[in-house]
Amino acid sequence: MASLSPKTLIAGLLFLLAAAAPFLLAPYELNLLGRFLALSLTAMGLVILWGEGGVLSLGQGVFFGLGGYAIAMHLKLASLSGGDTMPDFMVWTGLKALPGWWAPFANPVVAIAAIVLAPALVAAVFAWLMFRRRIGGVYFALITQALALAFSILLISQQAYTGGFNGLTDFKTLFGLRLSKPAMTHSLYWVTLALVAGALVGSRLLMASRFGKLLRATRDGANRVRFLGYDPAPYKIIAFTLAAVLAGLSGALFTLHAGVISPALVGVAPSIEMVIWVALGGRTSLAGAIAGALLVNFAKDKISTVLPTFWLYVLGALFIIAVTAAPKGLAGLVPELRAGSIRRLWPKTKGRA
Amino acid sequence: MIDPAFLVGQVFNGLSVGSIYLLAALGLALSFGLMRVINMAHGEIVMFGGYVAYLTMHIVPGPLALPAAILAAFVSAGVLGAVLEALLVSRLAERPLDTLLATWGVSLIAQQAARDLFGATGVSVTAPSWLDGVINVGGVSLPYTRLFIILIAALALGGLGVFLKTTRLGLLVRAVNQDRPTASAMGVSVRRVDMLVFGLGAAVAGVAGVILALLGPVTPSVGQSYIVPAFLVVVMGGLGSITGTAIAAVAIGLVSALSQVFVDVSFAQVLMLLFVVVFLQFRPEGVVAVRSRALDS
Repeated sequence: MASLSPKTLIAGLLFLLAAAAPFLLAPYELNLLGRFLALSLTAMGLVILWGEGGVLSLGQGVFFGLGGYAIAMHLKLASLSGGDTMPDFMVWTGLKALPGWWAPFANPVVAIAAIVLAPALVAAVFAWLMFRRRIGGVYFALITQALALAFSILLISQQAYTGGFNGLTDFKTLFGLRLSKPAMTHSLYWVTLALVAGALVGSRLLMASRFGKLLRATRDGANRVRFLGYDPAPYKIIAFTLAAVLAGLSGALFTLHAGVISPALVGVAPSIEMVIWVALGGRTSLAGAIAGALLVNFAKDKISTVLPTFWLYVLGALFIIAVTAAPKGLAGLVPELRAGSIRRLWPKTKGRA
Repeated sequence: MIDPAFLVGQVFNGLSVGSIYLLAALGLALSFGLMRVINMAHGEIVMFGGYVAYLTMHIVPGPLALPAAILAAFVSAGVLGAVLEALLVSRLAERPLDTLLATWGVSLIAQQAARDLFGATGVSVTAPSWLDGVINVGGVSLPYTRLFIILIAALALGGLGVFLKTTRLGLLVRAVNQDRPTASAMGVSVRRVDMLVFGLGAAVAGVAGVILALLGPVTPSVGQSYIVPAFLVVVMGGLGSITGTAIAAVAIGLVSALSQVFVDVSFAQVLMLLFVVVFLQFRPEGVVAVRSRALDS
């Protein structure tokens, strides 16, 4: 580090401030901040996939859910008391024994591996099927939405294995430590912050690399990339898989902070909501994605506690405004504010899809 | 062994479900072929049609209630669609993914507005008495309501076909569909054609809403339950082709109904998606492929 740019300096100061948050915020606010930072991992994945790769996924909730359910299954098994052999909801739904595919999740290493591998595997196979046949754009978005719908319906209907509509909740311990202890909540927060910072730096490096350059090239002109001798499919598959892994991590961390994972957090509507964080933050800006995720979710928390029905109007308006008036999002406003010119609202410009 | 009468019944169910998908998907497919955009609020136009049916049937009593409701829903949903196109969709031309997001915002607002206006539990419409009853064909009972749905879908499909093939406006629509810049250069007002087609598609969706009202309560989220299969129909049908859309709608309806013979409803949903994904492996352009020399279509 020969010289610190103002940008790096600001980022460093923000990171230090965020690291001190456990001593500055009330436990409830800290929990919210931890949750929303966890969500920002999903948002960063979407920046890579949608912003840089031009592939819009309306099904990130699936991967978020796979990560979330993987850790939740472990937490359920770890929280069993004394003589119980299976979680309470399985007893209620009449299962006789713990299903075979649940058992390995008693091992925390298996659970942590599953958080990464399950989304990666599903995403890689799905993306390979789609991109090898050059399915993209609106088609791809609609199919991922159907994927999110099928996933949430399956979770709800297979109540004996998934906890159904209520999902998995009521966790007590992680690695033998009580989840409610302040030391635990603080460590969880710091782990989340470290992962967010790591993902931010890692994604930046990746996007500055040859891979990032080719990903952007496939977005702007897939056929030109083909004529230059590259196959765009692997780049899109890797971007989709990477976004899925980030969503899986995000889901696992969110589940730890929130103490619950349920179909209502992973279906069609929450999956599209993940896109608005990025659209609002600025679709090619990783820092904007974090800001967008925090901003939208804090706003949702504040508004929906005061006026529960009003929030959906706000969210709907955000979707419309984010793509019409501010297609570059918050990140796009920064240089314009600096230049002292606010672009006219509601532009009729031709832009990229 | 599966009872053959039950199987025939499921095929019939599949046809009637497919008919609803078709009514919901026709408008989507038309404007997708023309503008390459998908209206995520299309399901809410279906929902709007349902509420229009509810209101109309309160005002118009007797046997004419249903035709009046269909007419009212057709006209009002059409106007609504044209307004949506003029205010929002046309501003996002050539940004199809952004259109998805913006119209999703419209969908959220419309659902919440319906919840605030009519309540979350939904309202019910009584089907007219001439739709009560069943026909028995070889041990299979076919309810009149379901036959009526198939009839309406067939009429909508035929009507659109005739409109596109024989009228002057239909000719303009086909011209823009085939080659937008050339049509524009020849003096076709592509903007008006866009708006007309979008409105027409919304009008058909409004009729779908009336049909749904006959089957069950109209709730703020009624459109959502049919719209995702309708999206799959558009994806499978091929670029805005009416024939392709019809074939895809029937195929998806049949897959959904027949898979319910073997698995429960939730797995049927998964099989439906799987069917479309596997189908696209063999025909990524959809049922009816538009031949073109253009590199980026």
